[in-house]
Amino acid sequence: MTVTSLGIPRRLLEFTIDGAPVRAPEGSTILDACRSAGKDVPTLCQGDTLTPKNACRVCVVEVEGARTLVPACSRKAEAGMEVRTDTERARHSRKVVLELLASSVDLSTTPEVAGWLKEYEAKPDRFGPDAARLDEEPRIDNDLYVRDYDKCILCYKCVDACGDQWQNTFAISVVGRGFDARIAVEHDGPLTDSACVYCGNCIEVCPTGALSFKSEFDMRAAGTWDESAQTETTTVCAYCGVGCNLTLHVQDNEIVKVTSPHDNPVTHGNLCIKGRFGYQHVQNRD
Amino acid sequence: MDLHFGDSKPTDEERAAVDTLLGPPESSWEGADRSDADLRWARGGREARERRDLLLPGLHAVNDRIGWISEGALDYLCRRLTVPPAEAYGVATFYAMFSVKPRPATVLHVCTDLACAAAGSAELCAGVEARLGLGSGVSVERSPCLGLCERAPAALAVKAGDPVRTAVSAPATVERAVLAASSPGSAPEEPAAALAVPQAGDPSLMLLNRVGVVDPASLDDYRAHGGYTALRQAFAIGPAGVIREVTDAGLVGRGGAAFPTGRKWQATASQPDHPHYLVCNADESEPGTFKDRVVMEGDPYSLVEAMTIAAYAVGAHKGYLYLRGEYPRALRRMEHAIGQARARGLLGDDILGQGYAFDIEIRRGAGAYICGEETALFNSIEGYRGEPRSKPPFPVEKGLFGKPTAENNVETLVNVLPILTMGAPAYAAIGTGTSTGPKLFCVSGSVDRPGIYELPFGATLGELLDLAGVRDGLRAVLLGGAAGGFVRPDELDIPLTFEGTREAGTTLGSGVVLAFDDTVPLPRLLLRIAEFFRDESCGQCVPCRVGTVRQEEALHRIVERTGADAAADITLLREVGRAMKDASICGLGQTAWNAVESAIDRLGAYE
Repeated sequence: MTVTSLGIPRRLLEFTIDGAPVRAPEGSTILDACRSAGKDVPTLCQGDTLTPKNACRVCVVEVEGARTLVPACSRKAEAGMEVRTDTERARHSRKVVLELLASSVDLSTTPEVAGWLKEYEAKPDRFGPDAARLDEEPRIDNDLYVRDYDKCILCYKCVDACGDQWQNTFAISVVGRGFDARIAVEHDGPLTDSACVYCGNCIEVCPTGALSFKSEFDMRAAGTWDESAQTETTTVCAYCGVGCNLTLHVQDNEIVKVTSPHDNPVTHGNLCIKGRFGYQHVQNRD
Repeated sequence: MDLHFGDSKPTDEERAAVDTLLGPPESSWEGADRSDADLRWARGGREARERRDLLLPGLHAVNDRIGWISEGALDYLCRRLTVPPAEAYGVATFYAMFSVKPRPATVLHVCTDLACAAAGSAELCAGVEARLGLGSGVSVERSPCLGLCERAPAALAVKAGDPVRTAVSAPATVERAVLAASSPGSAPEEPAAALAVPQAGDPSLMLLNRVGVVDPASLDDYRAHGGYTALRQAFAIGPAGVIREVTDAGLVGRGGAAFPTGRKWQATASQPDHPHYLVCNADESEPGTFKDRVVMEGDPYSLVEAMTIAAYAVGAHKGYLYLRGEYPRALRRMEHAIGQARARGLLGDDILGQGYAFDIEIRRGAGAYICGEETALFNSIEGYRGEPRSKPPFPVEKGLFGKPTAENNVETLVNVLPILTMGAPAYAAIGTGTSTGPKLFCVSGSVDRPGIYELPFGATLGELLDLAGVRDGLRAVLLGGAAGGFVRPDELDIPLTFEGTREAGTTLGSGVVLAFDDTVPLPRLLLRIAEFFRDESCGQCVPCRVGTVRQEEALHRIVERTGADAAADITLLREVGRAMKDASICGLGQTAWNAVESAIDRLGAYE
């Protein structure tokens, strides 16, 4: 059973989304309110377990009286606010932002983005064949996970998950500036020389597949990765007594990766190196 | 937090540079050799982490002494401050003046921005590079605006060592720039700050009245010329009285945003959370802007006094002066002035015997235009990457260190002195109804007398250009710097007020007036503006990080093209520009397309 903390009762704020009156608990973001009103706003960098960094700017909406568009994922709803999610102005920004992203990084393993590119009629090719992009080789320096920064949209979620929001290891940060900004460990060295403890919580929150299990990365390279053929089974980790939930992703009777349910009150999706990567013994059949 | 530090060790010199700033380490917990006592004692937690804001000064200490920041030096600094090395590396690589790769001890920054480009910085760079080739021990770096536009082209030499030596060469020739780089200690002294003020000595000046008149090193001279009468007046009317005067005077921020200063102070003063902070933004990095530098170099005590008054009004006992790293002389003058004021009881625990405590700490920037954005500046002081925060919450509620903070730029603050000495009604009578008081303008480019001009709001652009002696063949005027907009030579009757420029569809911005004659190739100039924004974007949000790059690419494609050949790329520029303006987190991305847009629409740059 999943136990969800209800917290203290909160006041309901009244405001409008696309002209229709809505009520949302104080402290909700515009995105929360949109979702409970049955309207989805696209977003890439928002995460259910992390404070939104509002860096991707895909979720921008129009708020009456605001000079610029506002990010729905992080702006708190206020009483009397008039929010419009689907205006020409908001759609234009989303379209261009999707084009900018898709022209500079590889979004082939980003869920949902192909649909949004189509929905907003984004044409990333129109910046021409010489448009600067990352074009970086994947960094494979350990047997557990791979960093493929060609797919990184710099959403900061891995930094926040590794840092003060979850893991408190602080092994990764954003380095450099502007278009040259990258996610990296200290001195931009290999992972094995860094403070990384291989909890894999950064993979858990990565929205684009820039961080992935070595197992998934290898299977994708070999053309054998097939999510439709995978089953997911949630169980309890057997390594210690904390009781973390593990979701085993199994393909052809082999565990191919391990995640953890984000609504689990023990882990909120976080695991340690043993729960995340220590599954070989399960399938050791010798 | 269980921090992991690498095996790299600092050299003795690197260790000394850090220890000079922080004092010797007390135990192995912060980088000393391990002793038996360390086994029974641990240092950490909040107390250790609260020194994070010394990261930027620490990086400066190493960079000043060695010229670059090695792995060992960075790791040692991290041990001393309990900062994760990955984060410190992220901070060190954020700033243009730091290097995490070995480089020569001397770096010569040659300005390539708008005024200097128009004055021949390309030839200067080429000439300097030809003279200072490999093995010369000098690294020549192309730099964004050095804030020496009135003496363009400009170069700044920084020679690492103990102490670090700097030399400014402006106007620079190849000879003089090479001399400054090879022996910065013996380079000729810069001309007096007053030479940047063509009106110096004019008794009607209110903000620049002391520049060139007082000795910037002498507190007595400052007091003899009316210094500290405004602070006495402030103590006489109390903090609420000061805020009332500033509000009634109609003072609005001079940094570009034109927010009412009185309202900002009132909002800060009324916050229940404590402590309150005052931050003076002296990070002027807008290409074409140099007014804050001249005020700090020519009349440093006025800023000390104005900061004291502002802090008193908002209830702050600590103020930070965030001074851009490219201003070595302003730094020395401000350090001296603050030291003198402290020694004479004009800063410290009991200012003028009024029982009010206030002190100023200088924080030096390290080459990042974005740190002029108020929330990015807080992050920079706190030892994080200088990335803007999303607002709300606004700084008056949660600013520096998460506490209520009033942030004002230098020009805004020094306006408080005449407001208090002459009274709000007299001040408000200057200028126009909604733009009150005097305004500083930084005039450079193709004029005979470049420099800072002080005029009451309401003078026209043409009047200002006449004062500065605009040359024949004026092609365009850039108002407000790279984030501003171009106007045509037939629009010189635009009144220089916030409302007047807004009505004319442009902006006053930070008060930049850059004149370009018809010898300046406009598409090249636009390309430089695009390059500037691409280089200075922090990279946090997508519209700005990628948009500024796509803008530069499109301008490259059409640099030699016009009319129908450029049409497709201009459409692309408009679409990207609109998204940057609408969806970027902060003002940098929101304004990165303004100048290009105005050049296309008002000047017909590609017709």
